[in-house]
Amino acid sequence: MSVVVSGLSKIYGTQRAVDDISFSAKPGEILGFLGPNGAGKTTTMKMICCYSTPSEGTASVEGYDIIKSPLSVRSNIGYLPEHNPLYEEMYVKEFLQFVASIHKISDKTKRIAEVIELTGLGHEQHKIIGTLSKGYRQRVGIAQAIIHDPKVLILDEPTSGLDMNQLLDIRTLIKELGKEKTLIFSSHIMQEVEALCDRVVILNHGVIVADESIQSLRSKIAGQTEIRVTFAQADINLDAFAAIPNVERILRKEDGYLIIVSGERDIRSQIFETAVYQQLTIIEMYKEKANVEDVFRKLTKNTADV
Amino acid sequence: MFSIFTKEISAFFSTLIGYLVIGVFLVAIGLFMWVFSDTSVLSYNFATMEQLFSIAPLVFLFLIPAITMRSFAEEMSSGTLELLFTKPLTINDIVLAKYLSNLTLVILALIPTSVYYVSIYMLGSPVGNIDTGAVIGSYIGLFFLGGSFVAIGMFASALSRNQIIAFILGAFLCFFVHWAFSYIANIRTFSGGLDLFIQKLGINYHYSSISKGLIDSKDIIYFLSVIFLFLYGTVLLLKTKR
Repeated sequence: MSVVVSGLSKIYGTQRAVDDISFSAKPGEILGFLGPNGAGKTTTMKMICCYSTPSEGTASVEGYDIIKSPLSVRSNIGYLPEHNPLYEEMYVKEFLQFVASIHKISDKTKRIAEVIELTGLGHEQHKIIGTLSKGYRQRVGIAQAIIHDPKVLILDEPTSGLDMNQLLDIRTLIKELGKEKTLIFSSHIMQEVEALCDRVVILNHGVIVADESIQSLRSKIAGQTEIRVTFAQADINLDAFAAIPNVERILRKEDGYLIIVSGERDIRSQIFETAVYQQLTIIEMYKEKANVEDVFRKLTKNTADV
Repeated sequence: MFSIFTKEISAFFSTLIGYLVIGVFLVAIGLFMWVFSDTSVLSYNFATMEQLFSIAPLVFLFLIPAITMRSFAEEMSSGTLELLFTKPLTINDIVLAKYLSNLTLVILALIPTSVYYVSIYMLGSPVGNIDTGAVIGSYIGLFFLGGSFVAIGMFASALSRNQIIAFILGAFLCFFVHWAFSYIANIRTFSGGLDLFIQKLGINYHYSSISKGLIDSKDIIYFLSVIFLFLYGTVLLLKTKR
C-alpha cells in the first residue's frame, strides 16, 4: 500500500471538516475521491501532501509518515492543487526548469522534454504561462506534478472548467499515468469517476460514506428497476398499473410517470398490455439505466438528512 | 534553496521591478547629492558622502517594502505558496532564499553609488581628501540597514495576502524600528536612565554609530538580531498559514 490514511481529522474551530477518515490506495490503482463541494476532499488531499497539518490521526506515503518525515513524503508525491496555482509571469519551460531544480533532477533538459511530450505541451512550451488557455494551464500543472516521476500522484479536481475536448485529453492522460502510479484524484462529477476509476471513496460532510469498487457500487442499486412511461392522454387512472405485480409505486413526473419495480424485473410488456386494455397510447417508454450517480445522490443525501 | 533564489532574481529582472528599484534609488540619491542645491556636495564645499548616507535610509524606507511586499503576499493571493510548500523544501529554505534574493537586489542598487565616492575623491582638494574609513563604515552600516529593512518588509509581507497592506505595514514597521525609538527616548519621562536604552533599541542609533567609521561588534550583533528576529517571525507566520 503506497498511501495509507488512518484516522485523519481536520478541525476548524468547532467544525470537523474531515472527521476520522481512513482508506488506502495501492500502485496501479486509480482512486476516485468523490463528494459534493465542501465535503472535505481538498482538505484531505492537502493533509496527505503535508500542506495542512492534521488535527488528529496521520497518513503515510510510500512508508513515510506525513508528520514525522514531510520532506520525504513531498518528494514522493506529485500534487496538483485545486485551482492549479502557477507563476503567471514565467515561461512554461522556465517554470518546469524551476520545479525540476527544486527536485534536484539530474538530467533536467531530457526530463523536461519527456514531460512536455507526455502532456502535449510541445507547441506551448515557449509561451508565458499567463497567456495559456485553461486546458494548457492544466497540462502545465500536471507536468510540474509528474516531473520528478513520483510514485504517488494526487490531483485535486484536474478536469474542472475544461471544455469537452480538453476534458477527454486530460482523462486519457490520467488513465495513462494511473497504470504505474498510485493515483488519487478528486472530482464532483460522477460520470468522470465512473469512467476513470477502479475504486471510489465517497466523502460527505467530512465522513466516508462509501469506499468500494465501481462494480460493487453499481450492484448496490440493483434492488429496483425504474421504468419511465409517457402517455398521449392527459388524465390517467393509475390503479390498473399499480395492480401489476411487483410495482412498488408510481411517481408523477413533469413529462410522464416513473414506475418503480422491485427487483430486476422488466415489466414493460405488462405495462404495454395494460395501456392497450385501458385504451391509452404510449408515446415513450424506457427502462432507466441504473448508474453510479444515483448511488452518489443517495449516499450523500442520506447523511445530510441525519 | 538555490533554485528559489535564482527564480526570484530572474523574476526581478524579467519584469520591470529590478530595473525600476535600481533606477529610482540611483536617481533619487543622485538628485540629492549633485543637483538639489540645498544638499548638493558641490554647494556644500566639503568632500563627504554624508548626504548619501543620510538620504539612503529614507529612500530605502519606501523602496525596500516595495521590493519585499510581493515576497509572500503575492504567493499567498495567487495560491503558489501551496505549490512551494508541497515541494521538498523547508520553510526555512524558502524564507532564506527569498531574503537573500531581495538583499541581492538592494546590494545591486548600492554598488553603482561607488562612482560617487570616486567622483568626490577626484574632486577633493587636494585629490583624495575624503574620510575613506567613514565611507567604508557607512557602507557597512547601510548594508546592515538594508538587510534589516528587507527582513522587516518580508515579515510584513507574510502578514497579509494583500500587497498594498504588506507595503504600508512594511514601510511603517521600518520607520518605527529605525526612527521611532529615538523620538520615544526624547520623551521627558524617560530622561535620565531609560532614554539611552530605548534609543539603543532603534536602528538609527546603531546606524549612526557605524557611520562614524567605528565598527563595533555590538552594533553588528544588534543588526543581526533584528534580521534574525524578523525572519524567524516570518517563518512562524508562514507556519500558522498552513
